[in-house]
Amino acid sequence: MSSNTNILVKLNNAGFRQNNKWLVEGVSLKVEKGKIVTLIGPNGSGKSTTAKIALGIYKNIEGSVEKYTNKVGYVPQKISIDWTLPLRVNDFMVLTEKINDDEINDALSLTGVMHLKNKNLGNLSGGEFQRVLLARAISKKPELLVLDEPVQGVDYTGEIALYELIKKISDTLNCGILLISHDLHTVMTATDHVVCLNGHVCCSGTPMDVAENNEYKTLFGEKASQILSVYEHKHDHIHSDDGDIKKN
Amino acid sequence: MFDDFFVRALFAGIGIAFVTGPLGCFIVWRRLSYFGDTLAHSALLGVTMAYTFELNIALSVFIISSLIALILIQLQKKTNLPGDALLGLLAHSSLAVGLVVIGFLTFIRFDIMGLLFGDILAVTKGDLFMIWIGGAVILIVLKLIWKPLFASTVNYELAEAEGLNPDRAKAVFTILMAAVIAISIKMVGLLLITGMLIIPAAMARNISDSPQKMVFYSIIGGLLSVILGLFSSLEFNTSSGPSIIVASLILFILSLLNIKQSIKLKN
Repeated sequence: MSSNTNILVKLNNAGFRQNNKWLVEGVSLKVEKGKIVTLIGPNGSGKSTTAKIALGIYKNIEGSVEKYTNKVGYVPQKISIDWTLPLRVNDFMVLTEKINDDEINDALSLTGVMHLKNKNLGNLSGGEFQRVLLARAISKKPELLVLDEPVQGVDYTGEIALYELIKKISDTLNCGILLISHDLHTVMTATDHVVCLNGHVCCSGTPMDVAENNEYKTLFGEKASQILSVYEHKHDHIHSDDGDIKKN
Repeated sequence: MFDDFFVRALFAGIGIAFVTGPLGCFIVWRRLSYFGDTLAHSALLGVTMAYTFELNIALSVFIISSLIALILIQLQKKTNLPGDALLGLLAHSSLAVGLVVIGFLTFIRFDIMGLLFGDILAVTKGDLFMIWIGGAVILIVLKLIWKPLFASTVNYELAEAEGLNPDRAKAVFTILMAAVIAISIKMVGLLLITGMLIIPAAMARNISDSPQKMVFYSIIGGLLSVILGLFSSLEFNTSSGPSIIVASLILFILSLLNIKQSIKLKN
């Protein structure tokens, strides 16, 4: 089937529960080559969980994941590194795949942290570390990039530059990107497909489709209404405080 | 040349230092010191099994230590007790069971001090052979699992997400720990093996800024500890294990002085 050859990862009605509570359920989505799929949603809505399901980090899931590539680059949202390890940026770059010095330099230059190459990883600031994480993920020229809030802690001008870089990477490497972002402007301008999560998939589609969706407006309020048109539909359910779904 | 007990001990110790160096670094990085201790304590049970069933000591220790590691992993999954409590439980109960079994084996005269603290007189040509062959196998396997093991030591999820199978690397590493304890028990003694693994690595951490350097200095530190320790053991008629550990402690203290000096230089 020629239409399937572009698919890198596909979630079929996937969900994950921990301690008898669903972190996320019923997620279906696919990431294709050269496309950017963005997950949006409030805190605790299951964005990172969905990313980890797609990456195969969570094993005992409901539904299924089909993964068609092993060349994966991952920027996790939270990363705790134990500083009993003496680790320079240079060592960190070759952590999961052997790449040559030129490739390391290129990636570090792209994210603007070439000067940190021989610094100890433990001495970097939050924003610097984030840039190194992104550099490491793109340096191995992955087919699938999973970026969980990749620009958190990065200064404002840097943020714009990095999002442009992410867009460029998707075009030049023709890799698929699963992006988690709170920056709605980026989501609306750079993304091919948006999935709005709140414990389940609230709505999904092109950025415009989602922007016009009522649930999206409820979730994002003021900010969202600036971007969108007037389209309304009836809710068939509401969310309680702990994220459970109640039918009307 | 290997007819002299001291030469045998020296070569045995050098072989052990090559293996404990890199393994010790991972034990420090992954915070496994007490895990190593537990495996080492269970080694006494392994030794008594060896005498009871007339097995090779290293082989028997290896089997029992691996078994204890498996039991620990199962207990961690099935109980709500914290990891350190389980480690203490297994370490001391396996040590106690070992000592009780020794009490029953009245037909054999045990050198308990030698078992606990090492005895350079006890190293035979067969032991030497096993240390070098076993040590080479351990290092080759470690080299094979280095990338997934190291990547998951830095961050488990990154390693898992990018397809490196960290769980398998962790399981293999546990077996390697049991193996290194098995080959070094006669030399260092079961109470002090963890010291041989950790102290040179800790010393190396003080003077290294990259993982490769830390492994290198850890090996050098281990070699120096063995050589200094064994010569002083001969000179002062002390047990080999404590002598080696004291030597490594002195190196560790020297590495601290080095840090102070470099800080002064920077300011």
